[in-house]
Amino acid sequence: MDWLNAIIQGILLGGLYALFAAGLSLIFGVMRLVNIAHGDLIVLAAFLGLMITTTLGINPLLALFVAAPQMGLFGYALQRWVLNRTLGDDILPPLLVTFGLSVIIQNGLLEVFSADPQKLNAGSIETASIAVPGGINIGVLPLLMFVTAVAVIAVLQWIFYRSALGRAFRATSDNQDIAQLMGLNKSHIFGLAMALSLVVVAIAGIFLGIRTSFDPAAGPARLIFGFEAVIIGGLGNLWGTLIGGIILGICQNIGAQINPGWQLLAGHIAFLIILAVRPRGLFPRVDG
Amino acid sequence: MSDTQQYAIDRFSPASRIAAVAALVLIIALACGPWWAGRADMRLLSELFLYMALASLWNLLAGYAGLVSVGQQAFVGFGGYCLFAMTMFFGIPPLMAIPVAGVAGALISIPVAFLIFRLRGAYFAIGTWVIAEVFRLSAAQISALGGGSGTSLPVTIVKSIASSRALREAASYWMALAILVVVLAIVCLLLRSRRGLALTAIRDNELASQSLGIDIWRAKFFVYVLTGGLTAAVGALIFLQKLRISPDAAFSVNDWTAFVIFIVVIGGIGTIEGPIVGTIIFFLLRETLADLGALYLMILGLVAIVIMLRAPKGIWGFVRQKTDLDLFALSRRVVTRKKHQSSHANEDNKGEPHEPQTT
Repeated sequence: MDWLNAIIQGILLGGLYALFAAGLSLIFGVMRLVNIAHGDLIVLAAFLGLMITTTLGINPLLALFVAAPQMGLFGYALQRWVLNRTLGDDILPPLLVTFGLSVIIQNGLLEVFSADPQKLNAGSIETASIAVPGGINIGVLPLLMFVTAVAVIAVLQWIFYRSALGRAFRATSDNQDIAQLMGLNKSHIFGLAMALSLVVVAIAGIFLGIRTSFDPAAGPARLIFGFEAVIIGGLGNLWGTLIGGIILGICQNIGAQINPGWQLLAGHIAFLIILAVRPRGLFPRVDG
Repeated sequence: MSDTQQYAIDRFSPASRIAAVAALVLIIALACGPWWAGRADMRLLSELFLYMALASLWNLLAGYAGLVSVGQQAFVGFGGYCLFAMTMFFGIPPLMAIPVAGVAGALISIPVAFLIFRLRGAYFAIGTWVIAEVFRLSAAQISALGGGSGTSLPVTIVKSIASSRALREAASYWMALAILVVVLAIVCLLLRSRRGLALTAIRDNELASQSLGIDIWRAKFFVYVLTGGLTAAVGALIFLQKLRISPDAAFSVNDWTAFVIFIVVIGGIGTIEGPIVGTIIFFLLRETLADLGALYLMILGLVAIVIMLRAPKGIWGFVRQKTDLDLFALSRRVVTRKKHQSSHANEDNKGEPHEPQTT
């Protein structure tokens, strides 16, 4: 029964990982940018949530509605003033600039908030649970996270394939120059993509902060989890990313069940095995 | 007809000739360090040598082979742990353990390369980071080496390096200098070789070099394994000097990758001089700004971003653009030479490119 429980909790944890990954996947899909600072931005969002909850005295789940637009604006500005200048044929500039950004965010947070672990307090919802047959309890919060992750991915999927903005994303992704000729401003489109990515990051950051304690150095691990979910699921496939997150969550929980020291290792090893066996991930996008 | 112009390939320019002599003098002067430098200076210089070696290796990897790794701490830490394991469990003398750690690092990088070479570009970078995390978490599971909290090198092993403290300090200084000279010599010789020409071509244009028949996968694989081995050897020496190892220190992304990347970016990526200039600037900055703590790292990150956006070739790229200076004799130039015997004229004129070609 412990095992079944580990698997169920792993699936729910996978939702959080899918949230880490969705923003990463989105900007890679639109502009082939891999944002090394992604994990640090998630932690930045968690600290932003902390600031909002302490100053306004509201529940972190409500603070999300304040934090998300702020992160979105920040993303747009970041893309337009900094990251757009790095895009081109050479992969080095975006990589190194986002790496520098990662170090700046980490140490900036360290300077302002110190290295003490922090946590967001969401009140009674944190301990509430639903008993299901078989003696397993499902926490309301993990369930809420999972449902949110599914909803976020459904919305992103809808934006990408059903809306005018998504058409602009796909057009710029396919051919930047021709998209420009058709009257799209690619700098603006990229800015919107990053804004959308950071709105998802805000959701991920607040949930991260409610679920566990976090500190300024917690970012890189979140980047790695998100990245693993993207690769396991297959590049460019958002639903695949959700499944990748779930697989990662299950493997980590099973690893922890065997030996607490193996939790993270089990996730990484599952990722490496999938990389060895299916280098394009489990569900690669068919149109490549 | 007696004065025929002939073409020849010249590897050395006047500047690189002077630089080669100056480098030799400098190495001899530095080798005499224990006689003129204080204890603190020697420690600082050793650290500088080791960072210069790491930066040169990362530059070879990212600047020439296009393999942008943010996981080289995997090999630094692996080398360090190898040294501790070999000296503590197998009684191998520390000096011997350094090259052995290098070989072990090269061997382990082979399966790693097969795995992560499946990832492209930026995803490769994060993949290397995952590998480093796997190494760190695995090291934390080795209880014989202290698990998560790490271990210190036993006193008997430390004393086996040299009997007196002064001699030990001199020895560790010489080892750092020696490994830097070895690394720079290997990088320099590699880039001068046929393989190096292929690497430079890959650096400049991957597609074009492939169409000229260069096997890109093999060239990259070779560089990855070479830098993996040498980075492990440097890592072994780093932790022989620290005398203490723990998973977090050994596989620290900040210490062994972030700093190294900043050094190379600031100095100038894709040039052999860049990491050298970058390391000197990095240490000057550190000695003046280190009191600022976290703020210092923010400044460093900002400087790297500004350089990447404004002058992506770094400081050495700027110098080179202004002065056309090459301190290392890596490039090939076609020079014209006056010769008196016309009998050789036909031999050297086999349709080689006549315009000066710098690589």
